[in-house]
Amino acid sequence: MSAAPLLKVEGLRKTFKGLVAVDAVSFEVDEGSITAMIGPNGAGKTTTFNMIAGAMAPDSGEIALAGQSLAGLRADQVCHAGIGRTFQIVRPFPKLSVLDNVLIGGLRDGSSVATALRAARETLDLLGLGKSEDQPAGTLTLPERKRLEVARALACKPRLLLLDEVMAGLRPNETDELVATFRALNKDRGVTILLIEHVMRAVMALSDVVYVLNYGKMIAHGTPGEVVADPAVLECYLGEDTEI
Amino acid sequence: MSGDGAPGRFGLTGREQAALALFFGAMALAPLVVGDFLLSVLLIVFYFAFVGQAWNLMMGVAGQLSLGHALYVGLGAYAAAALYVHFGVPPLVGMVPAMAIAAAAGASIGFLAFRFRIGGVYFALLTIAFAEFTRILFSHIGWLGATEGFFLPVENRSDMDFVNLRGSPEMFYYILLALTGLALALVRGLMGSRLGYYWLAIREDETAAEALGINIFRTKMIAVMISAAMTALAGLVMAFYYNNLFPGDVFGMHRSIEIILAPIVGGLGTLFGPIIGAFVLGILGEGLTIALEAAGIATAGVKQLVYAVFLFAIVRFMPGGLWPFLATRLGFVRGGRK
Repeated sequence: MSAAPLLKVEGLRKTFKGLVAVDAVSFEVDEGSITAMIGPNGAGKTTTFNMIAGAMAPDSGEIALAGQSLAGLRADQVCHAGIGRTFQIVRPFPKLSVLDNVLIGGLRDGSSVATALRAARETLDLLGLGKSEDQPAGTLTLPERKRLEVARALACKPRLLLLDEVMAGLRPNETDELVATFRALNKDRGVTILLIEHVMRAVMALSDVVYVLNYGKMIAHGTPGEVVADPAVLECYLGEDTEI
Repeated sequence: MSGDGAPGRFGLTGREQAALALFFGAMALAPLVVGDFLLSVLLIVFYFAFVGQAWNLMMGVAGQLSLGHALYVGLGAYAAAALYVHFGVPPLVGMVPAMAIAAAAGASIGFLAFRFRIGGVYFALLTIAFAEFTRILFSHIGWLGATEGFFLPVENRSDMDFVNLRGSPEMFYYILLALTGLALALVRGLMGSRLGYYWLAIREDETAAEALGINIFRTKMIAVMISAAMTALAGLVMAFYYNNLFPGDVFGMHRSIEIILAPIVGGLGTLFGPIIGAFVLGILGEGLTIALEAAGIATAGVKQLVYAVFLFAIVRFMPGGLWPFLATRLGFVRGGRK
């Protein structure tokens, strides 16, 4: 690790009524990288995301963005600090138009409504939702809503974009399209991306580094190639004594 | 698609502007042609259109259900009346503290609810509780007449003294008409602003709104305070129109309910809903009274029954309210958020 990481998470822990959801999780996301977090269902990925985004307070542990601690910040303050997020279970503003959904995100940096409107159209085009801008967001299909989540988070102009399973339910060609979009965002706009993903096709194609969570613990990390060959990772996905 | 959006995305379409100009023009001329009775009906209609707009801002736009708006009506009414009777402060000046007191009351309820994340029906219950205990409190304040009532001196019913709000029903009619127009302009302006978008976002999904950097607590507090201040102004006008105030009447639950009917019937969260709703309900209410009298039906409760059936019908067949229904048929509709 050369420069200081953009996101540094250390010893993060969260319990729900005695059940340990996230246990001593530490990891780093380098500026300009695309980092993936994978793991079986219930591994604690979304809980980790919620703590980073300020939607949930950790029991203990430290989260810092560019050296600044995010401790005690509310979700809106974390957004202003530079973290944009999507929700795994999508949360569009259903009765508002697709355009207004994204426009609202664009107001975050103090832009005027007119400026946010123009930026929203660009963001929608980038994600292929330009044709649907007048539709109420509640009428979109699930894959479209997933893209709307991304558009809205992007509209906040985050330094770090948290993507929670945005590929789920997409067809392979749609996945490839979105992968290309994220690549371009990462390269051209310099957006650092941390993603939770089950679609390995996307993880393999996108990530510089992959972290693997299982039962709330970080069990492995490395390049995508290293991680898929790690016995501990294979065990958690496929069970013990699996012959490959 | 529509490129730049419909004419004036944040403004009104030409058709809407024309309809509005026609409507307010006709209403401004109404006192010249209608009799005393009809004028008093129209006066009440505009009272409901105005407070309906105030309530609609909080519920229809920002999504915060208040069932205790009588609190703000009453605080505005009592504050201005007490300042006038006890200290000789004219209502034109007294409206400032009256609105401030109501806004402070709204802020207290908002603080309790939003600080501790009480939402939905629990928030609504809190608003009822505040209105109710204020009603009981005012029933015991001798300085304000307690249950015997608080009275303003009835004098000068012919002039138009806008400073002291002493004058004819025509004067009160024009004041309420002007307030309705101003409220419409204010809410329209707010809905196209950053604040308006924040309110809509909160109404739709608080968690998502917060993730987009919106300070939920502050944004909701502003909605409650603006709505409370507007409602207090309506209470003030009505206090000087009726010249008498009784806690059981002014702060009563029925006051809170009648305020919310016009925007619900007209169309929650729409700009014109409160006005349309107030008109339809006002005319229906008075029309029923006249029709029942003509038919010789004096049985108590018949009017309320017909009224209730009408409300059921609206909710059942036009769940979005009258305005969205009419707008589609009259060609006012366009994409987006109206």
